[in-house]
Amino acid sequence: MLEDVFRDHWGRVLATLVGVLGDIELAEDAAQEAFALAAERWPRDGHPENPTAWLITTARNRAIDRIRRERTLAAKTEQLQRELRDPPEEPMDEAATFPDERLELIFTCCHPALALDAQVALTLRTLGGVTTEEIARAFLVPFETMSKRLTRAKHKIRDAAIPFAVPPDEILPERLDAVLAVVYLIFNEGWGGGRVDLAAEAIRLARALVELMPDEAEAAGLLALMLFNHSRRDARFRAGQLVLLDEQDRSLWDEAQIADAGQVLERAIALQGTGTYVLQAAIAELHTQQPRDWEQIALLYGRLEQLTGSPIVRVNRAVALAELEGPERALALLEDLDLDGYLYFHSTRADLLRRLGRNDEAHDAYTRALALAEAEPERRFLQTRLDELRPPSAGF
Amino acid sequence: MQYALLIYGEGEGERATRDIHPSIASVLDRPNVSGWVRLQRPGSATTVRLEARKTLLTDGPFVDSKEFLGGLILVEVDNLDGALAVAAELQELGFTAGIEVRPVFELELGGA
Repeated sequence: MLEDVFRDHWGRVLATLVGVLGDIELAEDAAQEAFALAAERWPRDGHPENPTAWLITTARNRAIDRIRRERTLAAKTEQLQRELRDPPEEPMDEAATFPDERLELIFTCCHPALALDAQVALTLRTLGGVTTEEIARAFLVPFETMSKRLTRAKHKIRDAAIPFAVPPDEILPERLDAVLAVVYLIFNEGWGGGRVDLAAEAIRLARALVELMPDEAEAAGLLALMLFNHSRRDARFRAGQLVLLDEQDRSLWDEAQIADAGQVLERAIALQGTGTYVLQAAIAELHTQQPRDWEQIALLYGRLEQLTGSPIVRVNRAVALAELEGPERALALLEDLDLDGYLYFHSTRADLLRRLGRNDEAHDAYTRALALAEAEPERRFLQTRLDELRPPSAGF
Repeated sequence: MQYALLIYGEGEGERATRDIHPSIASVLDRPNVSGWVRLQRPGSATTVRLEARKTLLTDGPFVDSKEFLGGLILVEVDNLDGALAVAAELQELGFTAGIEVRPVFELELGGA
């Protein structure tokens, strides 16, 4: 599908254009024009040999044309000035002429001078190629709010001259933390909705980060975590429905990717990594093993909960505890959590209640989870579970 | 790029009457500092407003708050990170409550 092709190229094309044009908004407009042109021409004339180069060159030429028309927008960079004097010929074919500048772009988008919600939205938009509508839906805000948030962020980057560069060594670690959080969010966006492209994009970004900062255990931890989760992508859905880990067809797991993830995790541990991503990756690795070491899993979740204080981690620890000490103990662990808006809180509770035979309560919890579920495979899974339970009114 | 570092202080602003601390003076002497002003204590301010088409004077600063604008430093750096680095350095010296970093409009040919 053309849309998928576009999603693959968007971040790469946009990053290069920002590098050339020096302005995200200008680059985005130009990229959009080029993608629209591609949508019109490619199905008719066939795909170009090098789509990335075609898109970048087309977008750049369009942008230069526009700048020529609007004289007030006089050249933004020296490079651009040169190109205005010597306009490039029609589309070039070597991708090598365009450096991959996504890393520069991600550090710009995740700059701490931007609000966190703006960082996330901007990275999803510019590197993930996610539409403003989709981002708005993911973060439960109206379209106009998200659109304004993105525009405001782009204007701040331009007006305050937030650098388009990989930060210097002395500030790299702190800037990396923000980037990792955003990359993981992109991965989960690709994961929950079954959008594999975005997950792969997040993995590629993380790999680049690991290459750039080979001593950063958390970057490796995040990459390993995402690889472990991604390795089960084909087993995670069956006939458009979510399949839980225990019921997955293990022959569908990507063994090569699991091995890759294991190596990356080893490297993170060798770097003395004990951060949240390393812990989560270690847990993910334990989940790939059979039989599962629930004691170890519960222990690591406990450590993670100490580190983060996150009620969501508690939900996961409860799942492990259910295997060790039974659903009743696990349910007790969930009791005082204030997670009414969190889908997995309700689905986990529902499952524990179901296993205890408390079907009426399980029914209510599944209903609540279903009301919160957005992704279709997840909705089908919850609906199936709900159907299996006899609704309270149907009992004789 | 030029940035204005708006230096905010806290309390009575008594420091404004003292000499510039040597550690701050050394920052102000840097080549990338293109200008600076120190304001006298906020109690010395007079605010001018127009109300019902008449000029109204009030005793004190425009914004009456715990924090007050104590001065302004102009720095000429490559990008926001350059300006933030100077601000962070000043902040670490411990004389300021907070520093607002704002880009300055550049004068362009055929200007705005």
